[in-house]
Amino acid sequence: MDLQYFFELFVGGLTKGSIYALIALGYTMVYGIIKLINFAHGEIYMIGAFTALIIASALSFTGMNPVLIFLISTILAIIFSASYGVTMEKIAYKPLRGSQRLSGLISAIGMSMFLQNYVLLAQTSDFLPFPNLIPEFKFLEPVKSLISPSGFIILVTTAIVMILLTYLIKFTKTGKAMRATSQDPKMSQLLGINISKVITMTFIIGSSTAALGGVLISTHIGQLNFYIGFITGIKAFVAAVLGGIGSIPGAVLGSFVLAWTESFGTGYISSDYEDVFAFLFLIIILIFRPSGILGRPENKKV
Amino acid sequence: MLKIEGIQTFYGNIQALHDVSIEINEGEIITLIGANGAGKSTTLMSISGVEQARHGKIIFEGQDITHMDPDKIVQLGIIQVPEGRRIFPFLTVAENLDMGAFLRNNKEEIKRDIDYVYSLFPLLKERRSQAGGTLSGGEQQMLAISRALMAKPKLLLLDEPSLGLAPIIVQQIMNIIKKINTEQKTTIFLVEQNANLALKLADRGYVMETGKVTLNDTAKNLRENDAVKKAYLGI
Repeated sequence: MDLQYFFELFVGGLTKGSIYALIALGYTMVYGIIKLINFAHGEIYMIGAFTALIIASALSFTGMNPVLIFLISTILAIIFSASYGVTMEKIAYKPLRGSQRLSGLISAIGMSMFLQNYVLLAQTSDFLPFPNLIPEFKFLEPVKSLISPSGFIILVTTAIVMILLTYLIKFTKTGKAMRATSQDPKMSQLLGINISKVITMTFIIGSSTAALGGVLISTHIGQLNFYIGFITGIKAFVAAVLGGIGSIPGAVLGSFVLAWTESFGTGYISSDYEDVFAFLFLIIILIFRPSGILGRPENKKV
Repeated sequence: MLKIEGIQTFYGNIQALHDVSIEINEGEIITLIGANGAGKSTTLMSISGVEQARHGKIIFEGQDITHMDPDKIVQLGIIQVPEGRRIFPFLTVAENLDMGAFLRNNKEEIKRDIDYVYSLFPLLKERRSQAGGTLSGGEQQMLAISRALMAKPKLLLLDEPSLGLAPIIVQQIMNIIKKINTEQKTTIFLVEQNANLALKLADRGYVMETGKVTLNDTAKNLRENDAVKKAYLGI
């Protein structure tokens, strides 16, 4: 077997899995807290990428250092998308809190269509080129065929985000309150936890990581349009379900498993069936583990 | 300290409480007894602001809390241990206690209170890194009370702490409640189906039937009341 080829596919899957993971976190965290599949989450990722493109294009006229442009546009994209996420929750989901689950789901689908079309009208339906802002790294020279500089940035950034998030969820007061709320919202209220604040926090974190994913993938691929949030959003959602929706480690694991399935499937079998591999794998896992790889089975009290 | 004036609480169109009035003075142990579905838990949820009363008033230390948000009410010092204990199953015992102290910031005081609840229930200290869901029913009740104490309650609302526990554990829990009342000067509002037990512990009691308060008297008088004896004490 060609080892070089194998590693190329492996690293390709790792990069793709990182992006899925950054998006899947938002799906799984929102589901964990308010039991809602936020179908508009992929749009937040797309808006993040667009915001970065607009700011980067504007700044490139100033002749600023590309790395600095990259940092500024990423940070602004995160802030912008997080405010979109929070606003979306206030407008489309908060009024429906306490009603049937289906109402929230329909509202989410509506929100997704609205945001897609809004960007389509405000921007364009064409693919837009995303400037290459990542410099060449000298130390990547020996493994150039395996990993590009932007791929390297994706891996490093995702690793840092995961570590920070783990710390936040496990050890900080906010993180504990988030876990408590996802386990028993009513009890959390009785201990003085403000549920609305926890939900806002969840949307801020989820939207921020999704926006980061959007910026990173756009620099990596070099182009974007208003539709990129849809299919990637669905894939990240599949990853979250695969890993066990509501579970944060599950979402990360699911993302990598899914990305590797796609990567090796297309590499060794056929590139025509990329999406088939993803969904086939989902079906197989769900047959044997209905609540996902790391998901907790729902306890029904009788 | 707490004055409930003619509250009416609804679930949708179904009225659960009809003109319920209860008064609790500082330092007392007050009990509310009644059968299943009489509205005892609803009364507590109305005090905590989770199911807000549609009519009537709830006054706590001179402040109207009828329509306050639950987290604000906790901040004022009214803490509830709800029915079924509601331990966070996937948080450890120590994390459950941390959640009790969610609104407090003084680390030293929190540390001291953790030591205090561990001294009340040494078993919890042994199990502090175990997930809450793995504890037995009695241990969970101990944890639920400890978690509430971590919030430094002025008024502690207890909903059926004896439910589903072995008699020996029930006795232990009741002793601790008495101890909290005398040592910490915490006012206690105890909701119980086990009237026998509750009326032994309490200073005064209220009897509730189908959403109305039908009797209120000192615990001693209620124990000797013929109607109460017949309906709730099984004598």
